[in-house]
Amino acid sequence: MAELLVPEPQVRGPEPQLLAPETRMARVRWALRSWRLVAAMWTRATMAYRASFYLMFAASIAATSLDFVVLLLMFQHTDSLGGWSLPELGFLYGTSGLCLGLANLLVGSADALGDRIRTGTLDTMLIRPAPALAQLCAERFSLRRLGRPLQAASVLAWSLTELHVRWTADRVLLVPVLLVCGTVIFGAVYIGGATLQFWWGEVRELQNSLTYGGATLIHYPPTIFAKELVAGVVFGIPLAFVNWLPSLRILGKPDPLGLPTAFQYASPIAAALCVLAAALAWRAGLRAYRGTGN
Amino acid sequence: MEIPVGLGPENGAHAPDTGQLSRDGRWDTGRLYLAIAKGAFRRYSTYRAATVAGTVTNTVFGFILAYTFLALWQARPGLGGYDTAQAVTYIWISQSLLVTVAVWGGGFQDEVQDRFRTGDIAIDLYRPVDFQGWWLATDLGRAAFHLVARGLLPTLVGALAFHLRLPTDPLVWAVFLLTVLIAVVASFGLRFLVSLTGFWLHDSEGIRAVMLVVAMFFSGMLLPIGLFPGRLGELAHVLPWAALIQIPTDILLERRTGGAVLTGIAFQLVWALVLLAAGRAAQLLATRKVVVQGG
Repeated sequence: MAELLVPEPQVRGPEPQLLAPETRMARVRWALRSWRLVAAMWTRATMAYRASFYLMFAASIAATSLDFVVLLLMFQHTDSLGGWSLPELGFLYGTSGLCLGLANLLVGSADALGDRIRTGTLDTMLIRPAPALAQLCAERFSLRRLGRPLQAASVLAWSLTELHVRWTADRVLLVPVLLVCGTVIFGAVYIGGATLQFWWGEVRELQNSLTYGGATLIHYPPTIFAKELVAGVVFGIPLAFVNWLPSLRILGKPDPLGLPTAFQYASPIAAALCVLAAALAWRAGLRAYRGTGN
Repeated sequence: MEIPVGLGPENGAHAPDTGQLSRDGRWDTGRLYLAIAKGAFRRYSTYRAATVAGTVTNTVFGFILAYTFLALWQARPGLGGYDTAQAVTYIWISQSLLVTVAVWGGGFQDEVQDRFRTGDIAIDLYRPVDFQGWWLATDLGRAAFHLVARGLLPTLVGALAFHLRLPTDPLVWAVFLLTVLIAVVASFGLRFLVSLTGFWLHDSEGIRAVMLVVAMFFSGMLLPIGLFPGRLGELAHVLPWAALIQIPTDILLERRTGGAVLTGIAFQLVWALVLLAAGRAAQLLATRKVVVQGG
């Protein structure tokens, strides 16, 4: 499929002074521009198989809705799960799905790193005059990944109309903070998990247990899980900061672990730590990488 | 993905006349398919890290879903006729079977899809082996490997971490394994039909994605079919996807005993045969359509 895309925008693209960007800001702009160009190229490419694209977009919305249909079916048989009502679960579901979906849209392709190492296409990315991480994240970009965030956003909107929350200033502010930090945390998990493939090429599926598994975990209220598991996603892989902890504050729910209230506002710190860890892992991985010369 | 395992020159030379056959010729065909299945088993077993990673993923999902079921059954004990231990067992067994029965699709489908893209599909069609039989054999080999590699560990972890209800009668286990085998064949029948749409659509990914949704839902992978409301439940019980997960697990949980075991197996067999026959018909139509442009 790649041969179809002969005019590669990033090759003829950047002007000389952009090739070696001086300031940090210029480097970030350069990376974002590279991402945009590669993503635009893949959007055109996927549109070549139009029927497949629309089917897959519809299927992607249906597939992500399925989890919610299961929730609805569960609530046919009960009024609350672990002490949480359906709209409250809708809030958890919507926020977790929206954060995961946005992260997947922006950097989700990173999980194919192992395949790229195996087939040697990573070498191609490394010699192109554009940041490798930006290319990796945009490679095989497809607009059909909009399905999940759209579906999650509609569930979130529905839950917000059904919930009876006393909207104080901090609660209102926490919602956008939650969405941004949650997306960043999932994005860092995608990239951090992908870097494992520098050392173990085939472990791609392991990442699914963190991303899709993690998102499924935080669809449900923390009260139904074993305390050790909840503690694991607070202090281990900090997925609890995506929506559980801020939601306790927003929805006024008791914390099953009894952590200090400060944790419920700490998502930005958790997100920053995740990005730092992922960045260090990526650098270490790239340094350890040896091409096979293909 | 090297091709022929048992298809050396000596086999290939007399394989073409498998059509009108003497007894030892039929024996040869059987040996050929066995060799193909063994090759697939061995091929899948080489990706050790991927197998471990996948098993961990099944186990993680097992934990998450088991807790959600515990919460639901705590709110409604005995829901759908399952007691709490049975409900949790249902989750772990369905996670253990997910890859073996390929509810998500996959297995030979990825290979066939690539062969459509590269045009190698034309070579498959003039091989001296039946196209459908070839892929069925590889899929059975794959399923055998996945049953051991990706089924045992989640079941063991589940049994250690939760109170499961597994049968003690070895006969129940034997019948269960038989139903898993038929489930794989039925699942193959479904996936084969999906892959063959590639002959008309050039790219069967879209259909595959739609089928994944349908299969996950109607196989009872997410929620036992018995919990579906009204008409939806009745419909789900007669669709072919019920043969994949619901019937094998119900037999293992001893919710189907005596005559119900036989009707369950009969249901699976009928669907497996219907789907294989439909695949065969689609294959005939497709081969008439293929034009090989040399090269």
